[in-house]
Amino acid sequence: MREKDYTRREFMRNLSLTALGSLSLPIFFSACSKQEKEDFLQKHFKEMSEEEKRHVIAKLEQRYLEQYGKKFHISTQEAVPGTLWGYGLELSKCIGCRRCVYACVKENNNSRVSPQLHWIRVLRLKRGNLINLEDSEHYYDPEMVPEKGYVYLPVQCQQCEDPPCVKVCPVHATWKEPDGIVVVDYNWCIGCRYCIAACPYKGRVFNWAEPNIPKEELNPSVHYLGNRPRMKSTVDKCTFCIQRVRSGRYPACVEACPTGTRKFGNLLDPKSEIRYLIENKRVFRLKEDLGTEPKFYYFFES
Amino acid sequence: MNNKTLVIWFGFFSGICFVSFASGASQEFPVSPPPITEGMFPCSSCHASMEVNRQKRELKDEHSNIKLHHAETMRWCLDCHDARNRDKLRLYNGELINFTESYRLCGECHGNVYRDWRAGIHGKRTGYFAGGKRTYLLCAHCHDPHDPAYRPIKPEPPPLKPLEGRAGHFLKNR
Amino acid sequence: MEKFRQTLKETWHFYSRTLTLVTQGSKIYYAWCLTLLLFIIVGFIFYLKQHEAGLIVTNMNDQVSWGLYIANFTYLVGAAAAAVLLVIPSYVYHFKPIKEIVVLGELFAASSIVMAILFVMVDLGRLDRFWHMLPFIGKMNFPQSLLAWDVLALNGYLFLNLLIPVYLLVKFYYRKGPNWKFILPFILASIPMAVAIHTVTAFLYNGLPARPFWNASILAPRFLASAFCSGPAIIIIIFQIIRKVSSYTIAIEDEALFKISELIAYAMFLNLFLLSAELFKEYYSHTVHIASFKYLFEGLHGHNQLVPWIWTAMAMNVIAFFIFLVPSTRKRLTTLNLGCLLIIVGVWIEKGPGFVIPGFVPDPLGEIYEYIPNLLELMVSFGIWAVGLLIFTLLMKVAIPIETGEFSHVAYVERATRFEEEREAWKISSSGKP
Repeated sequence: MREKDYTRREFMRNLSLTALGSLSLPIFFSACSKQEKEDFLQKHFKEMSEEEKRHVIAKLEQRYLEQYGKKFHISTQEAVPGTLWGYGLELSKCIGCRRCVYACVKENNNSRVSPQLHWIRVLRLKRGNLINLEDSEHYYDPEMVPEKGYVYLPVQCQQCEDPPCVKVCPVHATWKEPDGIVVVDYNWCIGCRYCIAACPYKGRVFNWAEPNIPKEELNPSVHYLGNRPRMKSTVDKCTFCIQRVRSGRYPACVEACPTGTRKFGNLLDPKSEIRYLIENKRVFRLKEDLGTEPKFYYFFES
Repeated sequence: MNNKTLVIWFGFFSGICFVSFASGASQEFPVSPPPITEGMFPCSSCHASMEVNRQKRELKDEHSNIKLHHAETMRWCLDCHDARNRDKLRLYNGELINFTESYRLCGECHGNVYRDWRAGIHGKRTGYFAGGKRTYLLCAHCHDPHDPAYRPIKPEPPPLKPLEGRAGHFLKNR
Repeated sequence: MEKFRQTLKETWHFYSRTLTLVTQGSKIYYAWCLTLLLFIIVGFIFYLKQHEAGLIVTNMNDQVSWGLYIANFTYLVGAAAAAVLLVIPSYVYHFKPIKEIVVLGELFAASSIVMAILFVMVDLGRLDRFWHMLPFIGKMNFPQSLLAWDVLALNGYLFLNLLIPVYLLVKFYYRKGPNWKFILPFILASIPMAVAIHTVTAFLYNGLPARPFWNASILAPRFLASAFCSGPAIIIIIFQIIRKVSSYTIAIEDEALFKISELIAYAMFLNLFLLSAELFKEYYSHTVHIASFKYLFEGLHGHNQLVPWIWTAMAMNVIAFFIFLVPSTRKRLTTLNLGCLLIIVGVWIEKGPGFVIPGFVPDPLGEIYEYIPNLLELMVSFGIWAVGLLIFTLLMKVAIPIETGEFSHVAYVERATRFEEEREAWKISSSGKP
């Protein structure tokens, strides 16, 4: 190919190509609204000052009011000093009715469909087989539960003491609070799903699209790090109902269980029910060999 | 009233308190109201005027809906319900307790479970687990005392299979 | 100040001349670029749909949360690392036939890394929050998160693989000798860097105890072995294409290709050996963790989607290994090319879908979900491959003329002066006519 000589025409072409390439990005950014710009520049929750937190809360409450027509109350209550939450589950009592699953969905403003986010998953296992979860059935749908010959194992985020999900998050969007709850800053998560790959208990789920929550079922008392309505492409998970436990209330799943399978309490309080449970029952934790130190203690009575 | 009488009354009352504490009987648990059928309580409104029939029999005139299926070969109604005061339940040693304390009666035979219930790890509690109002549910709230076995219930629907809940997005899977 | 202005002037001059170079070419060149642009535009449109609706429009879900995008990412990082197999013979052993083409190999590595980064970007749910990953500006979780390491390693490697070739080419364009004291440390740094990028990528899978299929110490060596097969195989094919379509006589000698193919033979042996080691460990110990291997090679509880794929890949790899092992087949271009194609496809299957998907099957709670990419994911992936190929084409369109010496400042100046002289002569002759 012979090169042509460098004419004025070519100079203009080269200049315009360069200009087009370099100006496309600023033009794109200037097309964003003020709200989007503010969202884009929002800081990480742990780095916000009290003033900034208040501003963000007010902004979010206003937005939820416009979007859902309900007045939300977003709490940023910090961890209560001297608390480390633990959970107990009596496997001999679980009948696999899934009331906990749907109570959690309702309490925590989870997307109902497309995508469907369940923070709790109940597995059905044949008697004689517990630790090998490969033979579990997730989609059992009998007429009545419990079915003879089966054991039911509910699993949710185990709030590990050494959480692999916190280790792998590239942007510190998820961290362990002082009271042991592993939380996510939904406005900081970039949606890379590395934490989902890292979790050994499938405790984390992803908002594959904008959540669908029927307006009348919204729960307006929320926590910033817990059950406030999320947005698409962020990860969420069980937070031990952070909006409830930090004021001393039971998580929704504990209250919903009709057989009293679920127990909850403060591991640092020697008089709590969870400590009694650990000291007097034969408790075990799932996949303990992975070294994650989960706070979810399962036990059998019969 | 002279000094001797005072001392005797004082000793009597403190003795009662001591005995109560010793037996752990007055340990109060905040409980939900007992699940008694509407209009049935107080039982004495009918039974105060009735004759006491201690014959073990099948009830035909009233309470025929209650089929005792709870150690029925060894006991019957008046072993737990006090014969003279139907508003109370009867412990083995003859002590009478309210329906709100029925856990003590259950605990006489089911001691292990009673111990767990007291610690808070059997059965259900609602409300606040610490510092605030923690309400215990009575044994009778979950276990019908006349027929305690659990009935199977209808489960909630299973989660949607992967990709099942994605209708409406224009690119359906294969 | 004057020197700075001079450098600026030279930079603009060089840049605008390269623009001239890339916008002119043969019919094949235009057709190729336009086809790639078509794929890019289609892929971009599909990506916009994904960006708007969320990742729900892909076939990924909570059970298999990484799919075709990350599979391609893994493969391309390996292909990029393969440039080191050109750098070491050229700069450490001064093997002349490879020394001629090492710059082109580094530009290939740069295009490959760009593709890998693009695949990660389209996989991110919230690309608008990408700045959270930047060190100091965002909140990068370094050194705990392997993804943070990967971001640094990939960008560092991209920087090196752009700096070195561009520096050498520009210097050669201006017929100035490169300052080896400046550039040689970067060149030598790119050798451990190439190993580092792929080790970091392997570690990001390796460090997950939740996924026993990936939690094997053998992963990093396996990655490097398969990378050093597939990358050079792509390079061999590409260089033969360049040799054929380029109108410039670039010195890509057969000897260089045969040397690279020898290295591929060793790498493929290592790859197969490490794979056998893994298979022995799993099948002999027969723990619960064999589940993913069973899913991949035999099928698990009736789910066997990947089984034909992996066995095809195994067959391809073994056949290619023998083609590369036997000198007569290795040194004949037809069989060599067949071997290269077999390796490229075979390693892609083994390292892409055959690696990422079984890690998620069965999931930590024992569920099996068979993932297959849908149309949107395929189109976006094609679009990104097209971006990489287009970038590489444009880079070659500039690099090769510079390498052969036809595109240089000296030639330009000569031609410009000659043009001026002819114009002057024409003016004089035309004004001389009354």
